[in-house]
Amino acid sequence: MTLDIRPANIIVNCNAPFLELVIVGDWLLDSQIADLELVLVQLGDGSKFKKLVFSTESLGRWDSLLMTELIRIIAYSEEKGISVDTKTLPSGIQGLLSLVSALPEREGVRRHSIQISWLEIIGNRALDLQSDINALITFIGNLTLSVVAFFRAKAHFRSIDLWRNIQDCGPSALPIITLISLLVGLILAFVGSVQLSLFGAQLYIADLVGLGMTREMGGLMTAVIMSGRTGAAYAAQLGTMQVNNEIDALETMGFDPMEFLVLPRVLALIFVMPLLCLYADLMGIMGGALVTVNFFEVSLIEYLNRTVNAIHLADLSVGIFKCAVFGVLIALSGCMRGMQCGRSASEVGDATTSAVVTGIVFIVIADSLMTIICNRLGI
Amino acid sequence: MSSPCLSIKNMTMAYGDFIIQRELSFTINHGDIFVIMGASGCGKSTLLMHLIGLHRPLVGDVFYGEQSLWQADYKARQDLLRRTGVLFQSGALLSSMTLAENVALPLTEHTCLSAQRIRQLVSYKLALVGLAGFEDYYPAELSGGMQKRAGLARAMALDPEILFFDEPSAGLDPVSAKLLDDLICSLRDHLGATIVIVTHELASIFAIGTYSVFLDMETKTMIASGPPKKLLAESKDPKVLRFLTRGASESSSFSEMKHKHEIL
Repeated sequence: MTLDIRPANIIVNCNAPFLELVIVGDWLLDSQIADLELVLVQLGDGSKFKKLVFSTESLGRWDSLLMTELIRIIAYSEEKGISVDTKTLPSGIQGLLSLVSALPEREGVRRHSIQISWLEIIGNRALDLQSDINALITFIGNLTLSVVAFFRAKAHFRSIDLWRNIQDCGPSALPIITLISLLVGLILAFVGSVQLSLFGAQLYIADLVGLGMTREMGGLMTAVIMSGRTGAAYAAQLGTMQVNNEIDALETMGFDPMEFLVLPRVLALIFVMPLLCLYADLMGIMGGALVTVNFFEVSLIEYLNRTVNAIHLADLSVGIFKCAVFGVLIALSGCMRGMQCGRSASEVGDATTSAVVTGIVFIVIADSLMTIICNRLGI
Repeated sequence: MSSPCLSIKNMTMAYGDFIIQRELSFTINHGDIFVIMGASGCGKSTLLMHLIGLHRPLVGDVFYGEQSLWQADYKARQDLLRRTGVLFQSGALLSSMTLAENVALPLTEHTCLSAQRIRQLVSYKLALVGLAGFEDYYPAELSGGMQKRAGLARAMALDPEILFFDEPSAGLDPVSAKLLDDLICSLRDHLGATIVIVTHELASIFAIGTYSVFLDMETKTMIASGPPKKLLAESKDPKVLRFLTRGASESSSFSEMKHKHEIL
């Protein structure tokens, strides 16, 4: 590797009707070469020279660099009707050249990038949206059918899968739910205390935190966490199964993937979400108590008493109902994106991303709707 | 053309405590088409992982020419491995990139060539493997054989001295497999590259292999080495013969035995 690299060059010898190209030096990828436009100019338009020959006596080492230049020169010559005598090249280069031309480019294979106008992009998006909605409705329909089959005890899936899914999205999620809910309760208490302590109503922090957590924040935070934790996992699992043909295999064995894969996941999440929500509410209230008892002159008993008085069963059930709905939405978006996944590794990533995005969008829309409805109904 | 290009000295490979193969020693010469063969699960692909620097041997070392691969520091090892190209079993093309981007990746990373020249090089490499015009396709849009050839184009991007192939003909129809074998041979001839192939495809082993080693699962070491045809003609080891004749040697001896019984 310590050999000197001789500069690469092509010398043009004109002795019409032949044009001789003398290739000298080492043609290695790292070496600098002069621009070869000059050679092409000398070749002219095919009227001056009829034949191109090469001389390679002083050619040193060479690699793909030389090959690309030769291919360019030969292609140019052929276009201009100049015949090229490749026999004058070393046998290795001849072999590679014949290999390159062995399988010529098929007609219509090459793609040309077309400038798409912004109107077309918007149009395509709208059409995509339509097919997206179609897919969503079809998916919901299939899911409903398999839920019906489940209640008629005719759904085919392994009950161990259901239990494993419940384990994965329930108890395993407790640490993160604990942390987030405790902190949310803490923050609610701090934010409320700033205003309430202005007129000595620190005790009412209990109302604020209790109602805030049970009606809204407990369920919403649980849903956001589960969307990132479980919704993404569902999409990635099903997407990878799609890439590995596992879903096709299930179908050929007579299993409905909807029943076998999607149903246990959806059921697990619907079952677990209300429980997680209840747990999150409790943790939030504890977070609030932590602040109120430590920083303001309120005893723990007073705080808990106030909380019990403030929260009615209706508040608690609204929160839990919301969370069950979120569970359906998370499972739906996760499983749907997973089942729609394409057949390559990068598409698993796309499926996961869009599962989380779709999930959170669904959650926020559903939450707003339900809050408005509850408000109108006076619940 | 028979100077050593790659040699393995007294190498033992293991995953944790589980020994895959022990005391392997062999030399691959320049211009060889070297076949690593053996039954499924005997550690062929693991051996390849050790040769290309993805897995550190438990004992022993790999030498590129005179330079040790595993004694070298990280930087030196990267420099050694830049002289190699690897075609993985399924092509291992990055699925989020087009073929052109896949092939251009090592070029943009390891050379300072202009974008124009890289484009020319990519077209040349793709034409070399018979994929001219497929620059803007994504791997998922191609058939298995085409993906494999595109993987080969990427492996050759930096004009490597040594090309490694992991089961090149697995999953290909016989004609495509034959075309790939021919391509490997002509690349060896014209580029002067050394080829190392891990395979159990008998047709390719006999068609293109110039030298081979046979890894055995039970004794956990290599039990035969030499040109494949010579092994078939001269080997006395029943395991090697059974492998090289697809079990025919065994059934013939079985029928011989049966024949003897009938005579008795």
